[in-house]
Amino acid sequence: MKELSLNILDIVQNSLTAGASHIEIDLAETDETLRITVTDDGCGMDENTVRNVTDPFYTTRKTRSVGLGIPFFKLAAEQTGGGLTLKSVPASESDGHGTVISALFYKTSIDFTPLGDVASTLCTLVQGLPDGTEITFTHSLPGGTVSLDTAEMRAVLCGVPLSTPEVIVFIKDDLASQYAEARAMK
Amino acid sequence: MKSLEELAKIRERMAGKVALREGENSIRIVVGMATCGIAAGARPVLNALVEEVAKQGVSDKATVSQTGCIGICQYEPVVEVFEPGKEKTTYVKMTPEKAVRVVAEHIKGGKPVVEYTIGNTII
Ligand SMILES: Nc1ncnc2c1ncn2[C@@H]1O[C@H](COP(=O)(O)OP(=O)(O)OP(=O)(O)O)[C@@H](O)[C@H]1O
Ligand SMILES: [Mg+2]
Repeated sequence: MKELSLNILDIVQNSLTAGASHIEIDLAETDETLRITVTDDGCGMDENTVRNVTDPFYTTRKTRSVGLGIPFFKLAAEQTGGGLTLKSVPASESDGHGTVISALFYKTSIDFTPLGDVASTLCTLVQGLPDGTEITFTHSLPGGTVSLDTAEMRAVLCGVPLSTPEVIVFIKDDLASQYAEARAMK
Repeated sequence: MKSLEELAKIRERMAGKVALREGENSIRIVVGMATCGIAAGARPVLNALVEEVAKQGVSDKATVSQTGCIGICQYEPVVEVFEPGKEKTTYVKMTPEKAVRVVAEHIKGGKPVVEYTIGNTII
């Protein structure tokens, strides 16, 4: 992937496929590091699956025999000297089921993939978000915090779908102005 | 979010149009968004489609949605257009620039952009 924001999109798609009703995307950025954490309350994975998913030949999909999402993300972290951790509790074991994927990147590494257009990833995710699923997004930067909360937006929109093109364009502009502010404060 | 008031204004503007969108006669534009699609550039294509639908004022007659792997990874990004009573159109190797034309000529104008469809694209 050319940008880490594309890996984020892909990882969150897994949470959606897992039937999550709440997905938290947390980016914590310092001058030297970036930590990306995606937490969901979806169906989770059993121990065996967790062990296998970081292996590029594992997948449960039908149209292709290899799953690439998690291996791509892991590789992108490891090549900077960081790494990826994956914790999951399957629905068969506990009511508190879900998955946490967290990856640490060293921004100073020459092999660091730029984060890229996070706002674009969020627009894409909100556009395809099923009813009954909410996303909270927080990106803490040295100069400030950028955030988005789909439950809060739905409350304001009362009935107008989040996927309405005009709403997506609004989100794009709003995030751009939040990022401009956070980056200017540095 | 910075400006929830702005969002409230959008609600006022859009509230009347929602019923139309959920009506039967709408065109569905579907974008493949699995890992293969994302890696090939599906994200900017999807966002361009959404933006153009808003900009060209066709959000009352077309919806944009996402799906998983369409099964033709080598042709990604893939966009399918479903129109009631018509055969589906499959656009392949899409770009944001092509998306602008598809919305203008196919969605708004009613004529598929044949040169971007699967039968007419060399990979
Ligand atoms: N958040 C999650 N919750 C539950 N299961 C998950 C989650 N993330 C991944 N998985 C499981 O791990 C498998 C591998 O994921 P991965 O993203 O690597 O490949 P994939 O989604 O199968 O295919 P693709 O290459 O299109 O992403 C998935 O098929 C799914 O079964
Ligand atoms: Mg995946």
